[in-house]
Amino acid sequence: MNVIAVIAKKDLLIEWRTRTLMARVVPFALLVLVMFAVALDSEPLLLRAAAGLVWLALLFSTMLVVQRSFDVETQDGVLDTLLACANPSRVFFGKATALFVQLFALGVVLVVGAVVLYGVAISGDRVVLLVTVVVSATGGLAVVGTLYGAVVANLIGRDSLLPLLVLPVLAPLLIAASRSTEAAFGSNTIDVANGWAWVGVLVVYAVVFGSAGALAFAPLTESDA
Amino acid sequence: MHDMTGTKTTRAIGIIALLVTAWVVISAFFITPADQVQGDSVRIMYAHVPTAWIAYLAFITTAIASGFSLARRHRTLGFDRVAGASAEVGVLFMALTLITGSLWGRLTWGTFWQWDPRLTTTLFLFVTYVGYLAVRRIDGDPRQRARRSSVIALLAVLEIPLVHFSVVLWRSLHQEASVLNPDGDVRLDGLMLFTLFSGVVAFTLIFAWLVIHRQRLMALADLDRVVGLDAAISARRAEGIGSAAT
Amino acid sequence: MTSFVASGTAISLSGAVVALRGFPALAGVDMTIACGELVALRGGNGTGKSTLLRLCAGLVPLTRGQATVLDVELGKERAHVRHLVGLMGHRNGLYADLTARENVQFVANLVGATHADVDAALQRLGIDARVAATRVAALSAGQRRRTALAILVVRRAQLWLLDEPHAGLDAVAREELDVILRDATRSGATVVYATHEVDRPGLATPRTITLQGGRVVSDEQSLGRGTR
Repeated sequence: MNVIAVIAKKDLLIEWRTRTLMARVVPFALLVLVMFAVALDSEPLLLRAAAGLVWLALLFSTMLVVQRSFDVETQDGVLDTLLACANPSRVFFGKATALFVQLFALGVVLVVGAVVLYGVAISGDRVVLLVTVVVSATGGLAVVGTLYGAVVANLIGRDSLLPLLVLPVLAPLLIAASRSTEAAFGSNTIDVANGWAWVGVLVVYAVVFGSAGALAFAPLTESDA
Repeated sequence: MHDMTGTKTTRAIGIIALLVTAWVVISAFFITPADQVQGDSVRIMYAHVPTAWIAYLAFITTAIASGFSLARRHRTLGFDRVAGASAEVGVLFMALTLITGSLWGRLTWGTFWQWDPRLTTTLFLFVTYVGYLAVRRIDGDPRQRARRSSVIALLAVLEIPLVHFSVVLWRSLHQEASVLNPDGDVRLDGLMLFTLFSGVVAFTLIFAWLVIHRQRLMALADLDRVVGLDAAISARRAEGIGSAAT
Repeated sequence: MTSFVASGTAISLSGAVVALRGFPALAGVDMTIACGELVALRGGNGTGKSTLLRLCAGLVPLTRGQATVLDVELGKERAHVRHLVGLMGHRNGLYADLTARENVQFVANLVGATHADVDAALQRLGIDARVAATRVAALSAGQRRRTALAILVVRRAQLWLLDEPHAGLDAVAREELDVILRDATRSGATVVYATHEVDRPGLATPRTITLQGGRVVSDEQSLGRGTR
């Protein structure tokens, strides 16, 4: 069986057993959307900002999912066995794939949340754009999350370190995802053509960091002590 | 033993740096003319432009040193020290760039901050390196720390251009172009240009001086550990004598 | 299953020094262990047992001296030994939310072993169907230990390095563990385990190496039950 698929399935199986994503992260993400509404107190503003808010909520939720993904490995020292049995880059892609599935599900929930809570209306011709945006941006999130999750795994105080390291790296993704989602949600400033241009940026981003992650995983997971 | 980190080279660099800096200060404040549009506030440019240059020089230095640190197995820690020293000094200059840029904007346009690509990218560069230094501060095996930091520094080389590109695209939507760039419409005559150039030279020398010293300090700290290895081995073996099982 | 190692030597150390952050955890170890041997590593806390095991697993760099494990020179390419060696440290390396069987099956899938191999490994370690279907979080220390060993079996690890595997087990479980370890060597694996028990009756280990101050201070062969 394909090693990457084996690792991804294992992560998803554990997620299914423990329901961490469903029971904790989804409520958290929706809560963030609600908090934005409470803080901004203006329906027109919310509607205009909906795209950006959805991606912000997803970004914050990603921190939680990534931490969890690596806590599972470091709790009983399983990571050592994993690295003894599989190529580091395959471990990277395996975990990134599982993360992708989880984040995609979360993304769908958040878009639905925006439709319900913020009054976003998505016309039929923009659905393709929207789906493409969510897929490509989530791909980028998954690879960057897995990469930096590995950097801070096993470190004390990693909970505060991960966001500090990852958010600047995610800035281009946030910009591109928000702009193209604005186009998908039907904004006045960005038309669909522009939206697709931003999707191009997202794809490049995902490919760049996907490759970088595969290469960086080997030195990152070497042991010296 | 050797407790000072100064050598003839660094003393020479230090003196030249001091002299050039003195010249720049005098020229910037007293000799060069004020700008037609901005008045005297243009003089911040003599500090802002060089610090921005050094900020990026430090970033590149850290990246190159990190690359060598990963590639050269035997000199890993040496290159890692340079990477770390450069980052520490670099963060300082990045902060100065942001502060002088902000002040300049305030004096010229009345606002402390603009979301123009250069300043925004520098802000991200600054935050990225604060994160990098946070990772270096974690206690652990020096080699692991070196590898981890090097990977982050090299990833930053990918990240910063992507950030810059995205921010440029982003701001182009707002059609502000170069309106908010204070140095966009400053006419630079010969003397101003020369002072600017001298400023860059002075700051580069200061950067080099600081990095060399900092890097040597780190080396001294590590040296204490390595030199003692033979002694430590003997001490360790002595733990066995006198209590060997019979 | 026979050993694939050409030289027949599992571990060969000569003057091995391992300095961690300047401290020489191993201060010149000389040791040769042939394939298929069962060796107990003795010594109190801080004598270097764990570091020695980690060195042989390729997890710490060699500072000085020579070290060869399963024909891999640790000084040059210690990463290559990682997949040949099974290290069981103080932690078991199991996913708490998966069952024992799922844990073993996962590793089997990674290394290309079959369902039959998994069943065989579980059986050999005395893990019955009920235990196999229980989540690891709900298993006892002994059962978790056995699951971890089943993973070593399914991985076909040629060298087993166990850091105090008897710790936390009751007398019965310890006996069972000894049987398992001897069994493993009969299948061709080399087993080295660390212990800091002294003179445990019934511990039938052919060979005991004692560490102190980061070095080997005694290397005894014993015959039959009981130690000298």
